[in-house]
Amino acid sequence: MVNALFRILSRIHTKYRTIRKPNLPQERVFHNTAALNHGEYEWQDPKSEDEVVNIVFITKDGDRVPLKGKIGDNLLYLAHRYEIAMEGACEASLACTTCHVYVHNNFYDKLPEPKEEEDDLLDMAPFLKENSRLGCQIILTKDLDGLEVELPKATRNFYVDGHVPKPH
Amino acid sequence: MFKAVKTQLSYVKRALSNICIVGAGPAGFYAAQHLAKKVQETQIDIIEKLPVPFGLVRYGVAPDHPEVKNVINTFTKTAQLPNVNFYGNIELGKDVSLQELRQFYNIVLLTYGADKNRSLNIPGEHLTNVIPARQIVGWYNGLPENKNLKINLDVETAAIIGQGNVAVDVARILLTPIEELQKTDITHFSLERISQSKLKKVYLIGRRGPLQAAYTIKELREMLKLKDCVTVWRTKDFDNIGNDIIEKLPRPKKRIAELMLKSVKEQENLEQAKVFSPVFFRSPVNILGENCVNQLELAVNVLKGEDISSQASSMTEEKELIDCELVISSIGYKSHSVDLSLPFDDKKGIIQNTKGKVDVGLYTSGWLGTGPVGVILTTMSNAFGVAENIIEDIPKDNLFNTEKPGFSGLNAILKEKNIQIVDWTGWEKIDKYEIAQGEKTGKPREKVVDIKVMLEIAFS
Repeated sequence: MVNALFRILSRIHTKYRTIRKPNLPQERVFHNTAALNHGEYEWQDPKSEDEVVNIVFITKDGDRVPLKGKIGDNLLYLAHRYEIAMEGACEASLACTTCHVYVHNNFYDKLPEPKEEEDDLLDMAPFLKENSRLGCQIILTKDLDGLEVELPKATRNFYVDGHVPKPH
Repeated sequence: MFKAVKTQLSYVKRALSNICIVGAGPAGFYAAQHLAKKVQETQIDIIEKLPVPFGLVRYGVAPDHPEVKNVINTFTKTAQLPNVNFYGNIELGKDVSLQELRQFYNIVLLTYGADKNRSLNIPGEHLTNVIPARQIVGWYNGLPENKNLKINLDVETAAIIGQGNVAVDVARILLTPIEELQKTDITHFSLERISQSKLKKVYLIGRRGPLQAAYTIKELREMLKLKDCVTVWRTKDFDNIGNDIIEKLPRPKKRIAELMLKSVKEQENLEQAKVFSPVFFRSPVNILGENCVNQLELAVNVLKGEDISSQASSMTEEKELIDCELVISSIGYKSHSVDLSLPFDDKKGIIQNTKGKVDVGLYTSGWLGTGPVGVILTTMSNAFGVAENIIEDIPKDNLFNTEKPGFSGLNAILKEKNIQIVDWTGWEKIDKYEIAQGEKTGKPREKVVDIKVMLEIAFS
């Protein structure tokens, strides 16, 4: 009974938050460009099959999660929609590395070259590889149909054993 | 409606288990986020010494880096979860003891960070205008304890000791044109002081060489692009850095080394510009002056060891004197212990812990447990990891088997001591007030720097 009530209340609350989200004053203050709409676009379903971009997330645990994105989706916010564990602390403003991913197969070369700012941040990412990118800088196009991105498999012990990586 | 949900929940909550997180910075909020998602029927209370949340995101991140502070939006969502509460203006070790907190809560997670600075331990450190970088950061960011900082900027040359990103932040804020700074949420009093600054040159002094410098490329690039300021390197510092060495470096080191060498090659000394001058292979040994500092004595270092990343500096007999009337030490932060029962490592300045665990039901995360290094990703991953370990320990250590009062227990003793508790609604009032005050002068926010005023607004 208590459980059920809790769940219902949580649900109401979640809904409340979703409605309220665009009006948070902080988001207004730090709004940089019109493109950064904080994931609202990614919550819209593709209007037609033509728009669909099939992608696969490979999680930290190695699970493959296939999902249907659409042209124009930002990979970070698409991950948020489907509850893939990709944080995005700075909200796609190129100020952190919490959406670091590896781009598999030949898709790395199909992406536009990273900006200097993105490369500068990637230099701070632990477990940097040749195919590293920031998820928030990947915008889906039809060309990226079949894209596979993997989240770095940083073990829990890496961060909690007192073994802290230097920022470079 | 939101209020109604919370009120009903507080009734339901009584039978729940309780977790208390001490310190409302990134580690505390990320741990709360993870625990709130994964642990059912548990009330999570975040308590904070100051009346306001966000720790170093509010008080550490430089005012001209607003995008880094976007993470506040995520923390706000966590604070608004039905099973998470924020209680500000409660100081552990003063208003409530650790023993009391552990009696009230099934689990206590300490995330109160590293709020002290390491000292240089050299003669002259007591002289006027020798200031820890941490205090300057607190001063321009509105940390209440630093609002009355005595800093004399009526000087031409400053020397910053240390080459981490905090050191670069301070250099940049002191050298940025005022018209750029006034668009930020920098405190009005520091803005005014910096606008009258006579500062012409800022040294950034490091023990080791350019390849070992702690600043990262993003921060360096900002300095190189800074308006009305030129970066002047000592060419000699780069003598031994040839292409053969650079080619072998890992990508991040390689890119920053190439950027520095490019800047060394292109450098010119513009007469009207301010100067940012990184100096390598030097250790401070003596700060000289009568009352106020006027010179800094540096020992010349050489590097020992083969591996570039772990080469150590070693002092020679050779010395160098530089003229400067402001010395800023930026050689790292450390934590302090709030309770004698804590196994505190004085040398490292952290609480000893095994994967975040300090004792049964007692944990630590963030800089208090790891030491003050790393970026937001590091702190986030550590907080998520420690939270995951806590979740595994709950059945193993029977952490939820005892019924504990949670906040009602804490509230009772705080009431006795007449301590005003600022909840999330209180913070929202302060937040609104600050944004409104900022609007008057075209700033995103004008921070309230007086705790008394914060409380007045929160309880208005």
